[in-house]
Amino acid sequence: MIINHPILGPRDAQEFVYLGDAALMGRPDGMTAGIEEFHDWLYNRDNPAGEHRELWYHEQGDRSWLVVTRNTVTHEILKVELARDVARAMGRAK
Amino acid sequence: MADMLRPLTALGGHAPAELAVGLLIVTERFDVALASVAARRGRMADLARAVVKTGLPLPEAGRHAAGTPYSAFWVAPEMWFVEAPFATHEGIAGMLKGALGDAASVTEQTDAWVALDLAAPDLAPILERLSNVDLRAAPDGFATRTVIEHLGCYLIRHGAGNVRLYGPRSSAKSLIHAIEGAATATF
Repeated sequence: MIINHPILGPRDAQEFVYLGDAALMGRPDGMTAGIEEFHDWLYNRDNPAGEHRELWYHEQGDRSWLVVTRNTVTHEILKVELARDVARAMGRAK
Repeated sequence: MADMLRPLTALGGHAPAELAVGLLIVTERFDVALASVAARRGRMADLARAVVKTGLPLPEAGRHAAGTPYSAFWVAPEMWFVEAPFATHEGIAGMLKGALGDAASVTEQTDAWVALDLAAPDLAPILERLSNVDLRAAPDGFATRTVIEHLGCYLIRHGAGNVRLYGPRSSAKSLIHAIEGAATATF
């Protein structure tokens, strides 16, 4: 599998570490969100057969975090973004 | 006593090792001082101003830029490795810190790495056995981090037959062993 890194171009998936569902980026505030919402973020994962947004870490490269949109059935990679840009688009400061 | 305390190179010798396997010549370099420079958050513009006076190049992603005394290569967004001659820049981290102030975080790297110069008429057949790097497609001045023998290494292409490798110093002998093996298989 080849991941088309937004900065470095196509790189072998061997250089990356898979770090789970990209929904992990949206951690609710444990002090104000209810226990149910926090429990859902921490323990519950969707397991779709099809399009899935995932976090990948370029451990053997430039150490950037990526959000990869991948089809879990065909392994086709539809979109690769820097997680930093995604977080900023979500309104986060960094 | 004093002569028992002579410094050793990364490969354990009193002088840098030089090794030939077939057409490949590997030269250990211990005359390079290294430091990493990372812009602090939101301070990239300040760093870009400070490096102009210092004569420190900050190449774009995946590139190496040569200069005197400082050369540099990109390692991560807003982070670079800086090379300088060891004889004049043994205290490279302190010198860069003084020049760049609080715009960047500077870390001494000299003794964390083994520096190897690889020379052969064509290094591509050796490096394609060792790593993911496509040396044929890469331009001169290409710099990347890659994995060789399970070791995270920096690779800089200075020419089709001229590559500098930085590998983890404590695994220098494993790295050399892997290079020897690949060269033996090639030639």
